[in-house]
Formats: sequence, C-alpha cells, structure tokens
Amino acid sequence: MAARLLEFLTRERPAALVETGAHVGDEIAVVHREHLVEVLTLLRDHAETKMNMLSDLTVVDYLGQQPRFEVVYQLYSIPRKHRLRIKVRIGDDDGECWVPTATGLWHSANWSEREAWDLYGVRFEGHPDLRRILMYEEFVGHPLRKDYPQNGRQPLIRRPDAPATDDQTTRLLADSHDRRVS
Amino acid sequence: MSAPTPTSPPRIASNAAETIDARGRQAGELSLPPSLQQFADDAERLPTDELIVNMGPSHPAMHGTVRIVLRIDGESIKDADVQVGYLHRGFEKESESATYTQIFPYVDRLNYVSPMLNNVGFAMAVEKLLGITAQIPERAEYIRVIVGELARVADHLTCITASLAELGGLTAFFWGNRAREHIWDLLEDVSGARMTHSYCRIGGVAWDLTRDFDAKCKVKLAKVRGLVVDIRKLVDRNRIFLDRMEGVGAISADDAISYGFTGPCLRACGVAYDVRKDHPYSVYEHFDFDIPIADAGDNLARYLVRIEEIEQSMRIVEQALVQIPPGAVIVDDPLVALPAKREVYNSIEGMIAHFKHIMDGLRVPVGEAYSYTEGGNGELGFYIVADGSGRPYKNRCRPPCFYITAALRQLIVGANIADVVPIFGSLNMIGGECDR
Repeated sequence: MAARLLEFLTRERPAALVETGAHVGDEIAVVHREHLVEVLTLLRDHAETKMNMLSDLTVVDYLGQQPRFEVVYQLYSIPRKHRLRIKVRIGDDDGECWVPTATGLWHSANWSEREAWDLYGVRFEGHPDLRRILMYEEFVGHPLRKDYPQNGRQPLIRRPDAPATDDQTTRLLADSHDRRVS
Repeated sequence: MSAPTPTSPPRIASNAAETIDARGRQAGELSLPPSLQQFADDAERLPTDELIVNMGPSHPAMHGTVRIVLRIDGESIKDADVQVGYLHRGFEKESESATYTQIFPYVDRLNYVSPMLNNVGFAMAVEKLLGITAQIPERAEYIRVIVGELARVADHLTCITASLAELGGLTAFFWGNRAREHIWDLLEDVSGARMTHSYCRIGGVAWDLTRDFDAKCKVKLAKVRGLVVDIRKLVDRNRIFLDRMEGVGAISADDAISYGFTGPCLRACGVAYDVRKDHPYSVYEHFDFDIPIADAGDNLARYLVRIEEIEQSMRIVEQALVQIPPGAVIVDDPLVALPAKREVYNSIEGMIAHFKHIMDGLRVPVGEAYSYTEGGNGELGFYIVADGSGRPYKNRCRPPCFYITAALRQLIVGANIADVVPIFGSLNMIGGECDR
C-alpha cells in the first residue's frame, strides 16, 4: 500500500526527494526543506493520498553527524488507511536549525511543533505561537538534545532577564486574537 | 422609564404571538417586580470588564495536573491558554540510558490508568524492530489481549466516573471505582502490582496467568457488568447529566482529525477509526467485537462511546478466555528472553546469558520503527530509533491525549466556565501520558 505512496511521490515531486526507503515495513521519504510544505500539502490534498492526519511529529538528534537533526512527520490517512514517514534533515547552526511550520495544514502541528522546539530547539518558521510547552519558560537549553546531560538539573529560579511564564501568559491573553488555523 | 404600576399582577396572555413586549419577552413570562426590574435594566447597561482567571494546576475539579488560564467576560470564556507539562519527567531522556527491558516500568507510568496497554504497545514496537512479531507465542498474544482489554475497561471507567464525580454524581463515581477495583484485583493477581504492572516483556509476557484466572475473571466481569448497568441507570436519562453533556464541547469530524484525535474521542465524532479493526495486530482478528461510534462529537457522545466500549472489551476478554491455547508465554530465543531462573542458578551459560541481558540489554539491530496500538485514549505509538546497542537511541511515545488536549482551547472558547470541567473530563487527559 504504502510502497505506492513512494512511487506517487517519485512521480509527482522527484525534485523534492533526497531519498526514499523502507525499514521493517515502514515507508520513509526524506525531502528537501524548501519543498517540505509543498510535499505535505500535496500528500494532504491529493485524492490518491489524502493524508488528513499528522499523527505525530518529532525530532531525532544525530549528534556528531551533519546535518545533525532529523524532523520526522508521521502521516496517516483515515480514508485510505495508509501511513508515510516524511523526514527533513537540518543542521544545528543558528541559521540552519529551522523548518517551515505545518500549522497551516493540520491543527495537530501546533502543539507538536511547540514540543519539538521546546525539547530540541528546532525553530518552526511561521508558527503562530512558538512557546515552550513541557518545560517552563525559564528553562535554559533544550533537554532532549544529545549534548544536554541526562542528570542536568535546573532549579526553577526566575532569571532577571527571562520573562516569567505568568507575565507572558497574561500578555498573550490580554491582546489575544484568534490563533486557530483555518 | 415607564414601569408598570406596583399593583399590576403578572399578565398571562391568551394569544402569545401578538403580545411580545418592548423588551422582546414573550407574554406569559413572569415580569419582575418593578424594584428588581430597575436593577435588571441597569445591569444590562453596565460596562463589564474582562477578567483573567486561573484554573489549575491544582484545582479540585481538574483530575489532571493542567493549568488553564481563562479570559472571561462574566461567565463566558473569551479565550484560554491551556498549559501542560506539570508532570513532565523526561520519559524520553531516561529511556535513552535504560535497556529496553528497563523501559517497561517507565511506560507503566505513561497512561497510569491502563499501564497494560502501554506495556503491550512498547513491547510490540521493539518486536517490530527485532523482526520477531510473527514468532511471539500465541498464548502470549492472547494474554496480552486479555490484560490489555481489562486495562481498557479500567481506563474508560476512570474517565467516565471521574467526570461524573465532577458533575456531582458521586454515587456513580463510587460504583465505577468499585468496578475498577475488580479489574485491578484481576491485574494484580496476574502481575503482582495493582497499577504499575510491568508485566510484558520483549517477546511475550513475564509469566503465565494464574491457575484460577479464568474462573475469577468470569465472576469479576459479571460484577463489573452489573455495576456498569447500575451507572447507566443512574445517569443515562438524568436530566442534569444530559443538560451538562449534550451539545457541550462539540467538535466536528474534520477538526478532530486535523487535531490528531484518535480513540473514543474521534469515534464520538462519527469516524470509525480503531487500530484494532483497521490494522489488526496481535490476535484481534480472531474476535467478534464492534466499534461503537456516535455522531455528535460532544461530551455525551464521548461518554456513550466509552461506556459501550467497556462492554465490547469485556466481550473480547470472554472470547479470548475461551480461545486461549496452552503453550509458552515468551519467545524461545536466548537473545531475546531472559533464561529461566533454574538455568541461571545451575549452568554457566544461563548465568552469562542472564548477566548480559541485565547489564547490556538485548541487542536491537540498527533501524527505526513506528509501531501503533489502540491505547485507552487512542492511537498509542512508539517511534524507536535503534543504534544496535542494548539501549534505544531515541524512544518517542506518541501520546494520544496530548493531541486531544491541544483541542481543549477550541472546545472551551465560547463556553461557560462551568463547562470547562465536563469538557476537560470527557477528553480524558492523563497527565502522565500527556506530559511524559
């Protein structure tokens, strides 16, 4: 089933693909960052694919390799019942460590991208509300990066230069507008 | 202002259509006494200020540790910010330095009301990477289904009755908890622990069912059934319950899919997606069971789907108890399963195998896999990246209720403050799973 998806992508967007492959029955396509949104939109909207659910989004940190990070999208189609994993590889330099947001395509990208930002420090350009979600606002660093020590401890003490969670929330709600994607 | 004279009695009009007064009130409604009417008119002209109010993280009516910051105007919610993460304890980070077997206690604590389902989900992900899915003994698969479905019953009972308690239905809560204790008695018999079972192993389960499990299970299931019927009698046609649940917190099927809803919350929107039916794993294709769905997508629909799933899960358990074959409960492969204690104590090979298992962990070949099962709240996925060592390079859990909680903001904006509690309760956010 899903092998057809890889054929479909190779046929429709050959320029977007870095490589395709399969492992233990899961089909994987690695795409270029500049084509990411285009590929995701195609997969979501095309009648053959109809990937209407972004069931998960995460990042893998391959410390010591270049490019260092892999952003992983698990797509699922409820009407077609097939799955596909899309990956984007990005570097860890400040100017490189970003991908375009998918919040315009699926609601679920909102929180999962916030989590990926929080834990891995990958920026999602165009995200409407890229705040930390699991860690607290005062936390320094991104704990799931491989170079963050497992026994690293950060007591919750407010730094003078960091905005406190409360201030931020109050401000956010005070000039709140509808941040829902359409 | 021209108030009616103090002596005029409330009027009852004979023809309602003709007598709608200047304030748009239907005739026949009791008009207020003039002194109060003055207050009511003034109140309508009063300027109101919006207010920011905190709900949680420790709120008596929030059965998870979550903070909701509400911007309210009177009783109605204008905007909300849902903040999770209070139970974050670094599940992924800890997993990366634990052997695959050592991760079972961690996954117990993800969705802590149905740990067996997490156990099964994680074990299946590792087995997928090892390529031994087809070699799992059939008895082990049946045991996994039995304990998993029992856990699902406990999960749904928790969700339903905790919500009912928050709505004031304490009796239903006590009955539901009694039913849940029956389930946990069974699981405790099997695993030795009431809640954090750690019963599954890579390649099977830790040990066989107890000898009298079959008989005990039948007795307990009959009791649970009776209690579920009692709860339904208490609430299904209860006016207060229906008023609080019906049409409250509704979400459309398209929105739900886009938010990544799975499990009972998605099936309450009319989408019949269930991993057990759509991608049958383990031995689920051997059972005759239904996937209940509802259309409205509101609190009531989620309640109805869950309470019906309890019955379906019990049906699966009963069929599994009849069909379950005898045999081994863990795969016969020294590289995967721990050797029997008899061999560990009496042979050098057994002792070395045991030592290697405990110290290094079982080796999983380089690769990555996303494995998904139907958890208590929906699709419970594990995305594991293995680097060939005994510890996962990455162990990502796809928490179903994280995605469901993400929709809470949309569901409560526009609702009343009092609706937050039943809406939140019906989504069944489990802090341990959402925050990991």
